[in-house]
Amino acid sequence: MAGEKKPKKGLNLNRMEMPRQDPKERIKNFNEVALGYTPEMAIAEAERCLQCKKPVCIDGCPAEVKIPEFIKLITEGKFVEASRKIKETNALPAVCGRVCPQEEQCEVLCVLHKKGAPVAIGRLERFVADYEAEVGAIEVPELPPRTGKRVAVVGSGPAGLTVAADLALMGHEVVIFEALHKAGGVLVYGIPEFRLPKAIVQREVDYIEKLGVKVVCDVVIGKTFTVDDLLNEEGFDAVFLGVGAGLPWFMDIPGENLNGVYSANEFLTRNNLMKAYLFPEYDTPIKVGRKVAVVGGGNVAMDAVRTALRLGAEEAHIVYRRSRAEMPAREEEIENAEAEGVIFDLLVNPVEILGDEKGWVKGMKCIRMELGEPDESGRRRPVPIEGSEFVMDVDMVVMAIGTGANPLVPSTTPDMETNRRGYIVADPETCKTTKKGVFAGGDIIRGAATVILAVGDGKKAARAIDHYLKTGEW
Amino acid sequence: MFRVVRKREWHPTITELWVEAPWVAKKHRPGQFVIVRVDENGERVPLTVVDTDKEEGTICLVFQKVGKSTFHMGLLNPGDAFADVVGPLGRPTHIENFGTVVCVGGGVGVAPLYPIAKGMKEAGNKLISIIGARTKELLILEDKVKAISDELIVTTDDGSYGMHGFVTDALKQVLDRDEKVDMVVSIGPVIMMKFVAKTCEPYKVPLVVSLNSIMVDATGMCGACRVSIGGVTRFVCVDGPEFDGYQVDYDELMQRQQMYLDEEKRALEKFREEHPEAFQGVC
Ligand SMILES: Cc1cc2nc3c(=O)[nH]c(=O)nc-3n(C[C@H](O)[C@H](O)[C@H](O)COP(=O)(O)OP(=O)(O)OC[C@H]3O[C@@H](n4cnc5c(N)ncnc54)[C@H](O)[C@@H]3O)c2cc1C
Ligand SMILES: Cc1cc2nc3c(=O)[nH]c(=O)nc-3n(C[C@H](O)[C@H](O)[C@H](O)COP(=O)(O)OP(=O)(O)OC[C@H]3O[C@@H](n4cnc5c(N)ncnc54)[C@H](O)[C@@H]3O)c2cc1C
Ligand code: SF4
Ligand code: SF4
Ligand code: FES
Repeated sequence: MAGEKKPKKGLNLNRMEMPRQDPKERIKNFNEVALGYTPEMAIAEAERCLQCKKPVCIDGCPAEVKIPEFIKLITEGKFVEASRKIKETNALPAVCGRVCPQEEQCEVLCVLHKKGAPVAIGRLERFVADYEAEVGAIEVPELPPRTGKRVAVVGSGPAGLTVAADLALMGHEVVIFEALHKAGGVLVYGIPEFRLPKAIVQREVDYIEKLGVKVVCDVVIGKTFTVDDLLNEEGFDAVFLGVGAGLPWFMDIPGENLNGVYSANEFLTRNNLMKAYLFPEYDTPIKVGRKVAVVGGGNVAMDAVRTALRLGAEEAHIVYRRSRAEMPAREEEIENAEAEGVIFDLLVNPVEILGDEKGWVKGMKCIRMELGEPDESGRRRPVPIEGSEFVMDVDMVVMAIGTGANPLVPSTTPDMETNRRGYIVADPETCKTTKKGVFAGGDIIRGAATVILAVGDGKKAARAIDHYLKTGEW
Repeated sequence: MFRVVRKREWHPTITELWVEAPWVAKKHRPGQFVIVRVDENGERVPLTVVDTDKEEGTICLVFQKVGKSTFHMGLLNPGDAFADVVGPLGRPTHIENFGTVVCVGGGVGVAPLYPIAKGMKEAGNKLISIIGARTKELLILEDKVKAISDELIVTTDDGSYGMHGFVTDALKQVLDRDEKVDMVVSIGPVIMMKFVAKTCEPYKVPLVVSLNSIMVDATGMCGACRVSIGGVTRFVCVDGPEFDGYQVDYDELMQRQQMYLDEEKRALEKFREEHPEAFQGVC
């Protein structure tokens, strides 16, 4: 399979495109949009890497992936070895290769970025991880002797999976407790199949289980056990909280409780975790309107609107109160949505959802906005244009305006500090909370962010937990 | 885990199951519920924990067969298992010695009411229980409720047993007595709870109701269960399931329960074709 090693020909600025499903076809199915590189494409792309002596790209990766080393292995056709190289520091390569905002992380720092064509690090990462799985070569590294220490990890999102994997590789016994019936966090309930196939998440969870980590689903910490129960009764020496920021926000406008109004979390959970797109083969139903408006401009909004299209909506709109330039979603996802025919209603904000006599959505009253002075976030503040109200003809609305901290764990752990917005206070370097023996990372310490930042926290926390377990120092 | 150990059929449409769930049994307090999934393709269904046997590590669920999932659950026999049981969820009932407490349960609502009534009795309250059903055959848990109550009034809509009338008729009679009532707790169909609130209002007696909105995760993550309480949106799964009975927007809740009517019908018809045995004795 290995391509022959070609001599270096100086700078190659032709970034290898990754094939995708045709937009007309893909909106009729839930299969993955991006199809991935072939071995030939991967080698050609890998050969563009300059193998820098000081690889600045690594500085952009919170998981400290050994980027030039794994890319070099690709040029030699050693794909499985390349995947294992990544896994030395990042247990979730197939996931990160797909959903990392690489353009803001590793790739933005790549020396070829200035020339307009950074090495496609994410696509290469994805390629080798998939290759390793396809040829069935996934192998468990040798584990060190057991330390006899036990760690409870709460939540099985990327933060929890990472901390669990790293601690297992350090010889500790790890149990993950997950509230839902399936492990993976947002990776299984939020991000859709067409962007991150659930079989891939399952593969990564399986790998972590092979490292000896026990995954116990159907346990809600704060309810089934409290954090104190874990430490005092269930015999754990430390606890890591990776519970995410899953509490959906609504706009507090009239009509939000009408039938046909969803939070993005509910809409996506019904479809992804509960497989409502396969109803009635699966029991959980989902509604989709003829004309759907998704309110928001982030990745979550793009996922929801593209899901609505695939479920058969005739028209699917993004309603966003600023302009395209301010949209927090990844550029790639905005482009995908545009190619699929999503209609963007920019500088528009809903003020009321209108219902029919049976309590169903029949329209959404909106107001037009203009951009004023920059606000705290540095983005120009949207200001309503007086008298510009109009009614959008929609029969379903999905609110994707953000999520916050769920109080379940903090409210049952009284001696652990949270900040004004309800997030757990934790040291950014060690993930230590204000409660002895308890660490926290991922979205629950910073608010909804990214997979790779959660992975980064998991790595830092694992080191700090290991230190704590060995020394007892707090 | 989650194996069914005992089963009792109260009626072709009402089933009681005792299920292995030791962690839930240990932590459960009156008013809390679990989410169950019958199998890998199942939906997440909320059911109140009616009773527990902590030594055996089991919980008691009593459910009415109203749709695909509950009919499917009715097929489970001792030895079979649920795919998932998670809990205990929701806030426990606020229980203390209020004085005299009236517990009003309608239909299968008597089941979730039972642990609360028991808790109220154990806290030293005088307990008056009013339980009702459409007809005699649908009345459940009468003996259990009777054993813990200082007084029990049974009503049937059709007069086939006990007092002829609705639970609200019996409630009004109790409230009209000379005796002071300090608290009313009510669980049943939403329409019944709405009328319990109307009945209690003139007497200004504190009223607690337990709401059964549609749920998915039941951890506060999706908002499917949202209700309006005094004009403010709350999540039944984490803020409830119990709320001040005078603050609930019952009409909105009833409307939201209708959201999947078409899909529920479709799923039920399909299940009926595939599993006619689940519908024996049901007209
Ligand atoms: C629709 C959507 C699309 C996204 N797209 C991207 C993207 O393209 N790229 C990107 O980098 N990021 C994306 N994100 C953000 C990213 O998914 C999150 O930042 C990341 O998953 C956070 O990881 P985490 O480990 O902190 O928590 P989560 O992934 O949120 O996992 C937390 C887990 O903890 C469980 N849990 C919560 N409370 C308890 C409890 N009390 N007891 C037990 N378990 C509990 C939850 O059920 C959940 O499984 C997206 C998010 C969403 C919602
Ligand atoms: C906190 C709580 C405690 C409950 N306790 C009990 C109990 O102890 N015994 C009992 O018989 N019932 C109880 N219920 C109601 C029970 O959950 C529903 O009857 C059940 O989900 C119906 O499922 P189905 O598929 O059989 O019916 P479907 O055909 O799906 O629906 C029939 C009716 O059930 C409601 N429903 C559907 N899906 C859900 C869902 N996921 N969550 C809630 N309601 C839904 C719908 O509004 C509909 O009117 C409780 C509900 C809640 C929220
Ligand atoms: S994990 Fe993410 S940030 Fe790190 S190298 Fe891979 S794609 Fe880049
Ligand atoms: S900075 Fe770019 S070119 Fe240099 S090693 Fe990293 S990926 Fe290769
Ligand atoms: S059921 Fe999802 S938030 Fe209550």
